[in-house]
Amino acid sequence: MNLVNETRNDVVILYVREERLDAHNSAELKSAVQKLFEDGTKNVLVDLKDVRFIDSSGLGALVSGFKNAISHQGNLKLSSLQSQVKSMFELTRLHRVFEIFPSSVEAMENFQ
Amino acid sequence: MEGNRIEVDIKVPNKTRYLSLIGRIGEDIARELEKYSGDRDTLAYHLNLVLTEAMVNAIKHAGPNEPEKLVRIIISLHASELTIRVFDDGQGFDINAIPTPNFEELEDRGRGIFLIRSLMDSVSYHKNCRENILEMKKKLS
Repeated sequence: MNLVNETRNDVVILYVREERLDAHNSAELKSAVQKLFEDGTKNVLVDLKDVRFIDSSGLGALVSGFKNAISHQGNLKLSSLQSQVKSMFELTRLHRVFEIFPSSVEAMENFQ
Repeated sequence: MEGNRIEVDIKVPNKTRYLSLIGRIGEDIARELEKYSGDRDTLAYHLNLVLTEAMVNAIKHAGPNEPEKLVRIIISLHASELTIRVFDDGQGFDINAIPTPNFEELEDRGRGIFLIRSLMDSVSYHKNCRENILEMKKKLS
């Protein structure tokens, strides 16, 4: 999976550079997020700008990351969801769970 | 696609790397329909998703007998009714026993069948003499 990791201030931004986040690659995202929190990162932003398709496994990997954040007293937020991807969060009511920002810049402001 | 009559019968290895191939077939069908009054991009996403979820389901439930198993998928469109059948030879499961996800509890899993049910008009899972069939139908007009 193509994941680009960038640290700004105390926030790690994970850019998911994949067109699909599905049962084929979501386990990699799940372990990457898990490792960040285990290594002491407190704030993680997952940017989904390039993702045009997400399935239940992709949603599950993000839920797992969110729970990881809580158990490490950290935060996991999302940015740059394409409209069809966002509608999957709405269908599964997960838009009520995650803080979702239109862009990584706006999300970064919220972390401050 | 004259008269909107289509039948695609395909077998792919039961590996997740083929999900995008199967999903793309669903997207292409949505975009090539001769008559469809709804939003094609949304339909394309939905068909991609139900095919992806159904194939993951078949991979999960596949029997352990042969390592190089194939998943068979039949997509047919007749008189504006789309039917997708996905076959597996595993133990099977009771689809009616799968609950709607509890939205108050954050589970990692358990949204696949819910998504299929939300996006298709009808969903059933039954066994014929040799295998299980997940059958999903949707009226396209």
